[in-house]
Amino acid sequence: MLAKRIIPCLDVRHGKVVKGVNFEGVKDVGDPVACAAEYNRQGADEIVFYDIVASHEGRGTFLDVVRETAKQVFVPLTVGGGITTVEDMRETLRAGADKISINSAAVKNPQLISDGAEIFGSQCVVVGIDAKRDGNGGYTVYVNGGRIDMHVDLLKWVEEVEQRGAGEICLNSIDTDGVRGGFDLEMLKAVCARVRIPVIASGGAGKLEDFATAFQQTGATAALAASLFHFGELTIPQVKADCRSKGIPMR
Amino acid sequence: MIAVIDYGAGNLFSVCNALSFLNIAHEVTKSADVINRADAVILPCVGAFPAAMESLHATGLVDTICENAKKKPLLGICLGMQMLFEKSDENGECAGLGLIPGEVHRIPSERVIIPHMGWNELVITQESPLFDQIEKPVYTYFVHSYQAFCDDRSIIAYADYDGKVPALVTDGNYVFGAQFHPEKSGEKGLQMLRNFERMAK
Repeated sequence: MLAKRIIPCLDVRHGKVVKGVNFEGVKDVGDPVACAAEYNRQGADEIVFYDIVASHEGRGTFLDVVRETAKQVFVPLTVGGGITTVEDMRETLRAGADKISINSAAVKNPQLISDGAEIFGSQCVVVGIDAKRDGNGGYTVYVNGGRIDMHVDLLKWVEEVEQRGAGEICLNSIDTDGVRGGFDLEMLKAVCARVRIPVIASGGAGKLEDFATAFQQTGATAALAASLFHFGELTIPQVKADCRSKGIPMR
Repeated sequence: MIAVIDYGAGNLFSVCNALSFLNIAHEVTKSADVINRADAVILPCVGAFPAAMESLHATGLVDTICENAKKKPLLGICLGMQMLFEKSDENGECAGLGLIPGEVHRIPSERVIIPHMGWNELVITQESPLFDQIEKPVYTYFVHSYQAFCDDRSIIAYADYDGKVPALVTDGNYVFGAQFHPEKSGEKGLQMLRNFERMAK
């Protein structure tokens, strides 16, 4: 049986980790390579780098970070932010990413999912989705970091994402993101019921039990968190021990 | 020195990054001379079976690899592992290197997601120096849609994915194949690469 995955996400701006990471033993708290290496040491099952500026000029610096990390970290690396073309995908994979993550670009141009899956394989293509309750019992998809409502029905969108060949969906709930009250179990259940591809829970982790709860109550196969791990409030081994004690398969 | 066969493989750089990190001397090569003087050989992986075999044949190294596999350790990774078998039916029937008896077919279960992607636990059925200094449980990272079908004697470890997926295989002598990616399997994967280097000495 596959283990459930715990995935820390590092937001990177101009080659530095946003807000910094508070780790013992890591001197430069803003160095993404050092932070990724520390997460690797802690037992992260995968590491996500997200380029939050995603400007054309900053691309080179960001890919240098990916390249350097791939020399020191030997678990899968997923890289997102600013990937809008097949060429961007190729360049990112060549820098050492194992998977690329696309979000707004996929909503604006769904063909990008099909092209990426066709050329590089489904296993390389993660579609990130920011979604929010629409007030009528459904969910709608947002782009540009959750700022613009695309008035696209979430459940229709995830079906299309799967049908176009995406290998995974990373589902971020805008309603629970930053609130720290736990992952959005309702939204996760709704999405997991619609697709067979793996769904990564994102947004809302605030305490230890939140991870196990997401795995026990929804079909999510992985859970992602950022600040919770960065500030050292919880460590990856703590989260894994809690899940393991509840019978959830963990590496 | 380990010769890493260069035939346009997708994970060539990840494998080399891991070997460099471990300070294991290696040469990325298309040269028969380098393979002949290497202590061991790694066959990395790329895309689909027939295209990979075609690229490998295009290097003209097939006979050299098979000859060397009789006298020094050879490790095939992912598709490189599948290529060690006699044939595959991915995108039409295609002959492999035939170093281990068996065939490669699509993962048969319809109850699980294909590709088999993620961390799965190895069920170890034979002792191997490749597991030296590795504590159980051993989870390794898999990404594949096709799998080997072979005799249990060739299997050192398998993973359970609604059926037995051969994960680490051998010809009983020098030939080894890992369906998973040791270069993406964290510290335990790195230890397997160290152990492989040790076998070469």
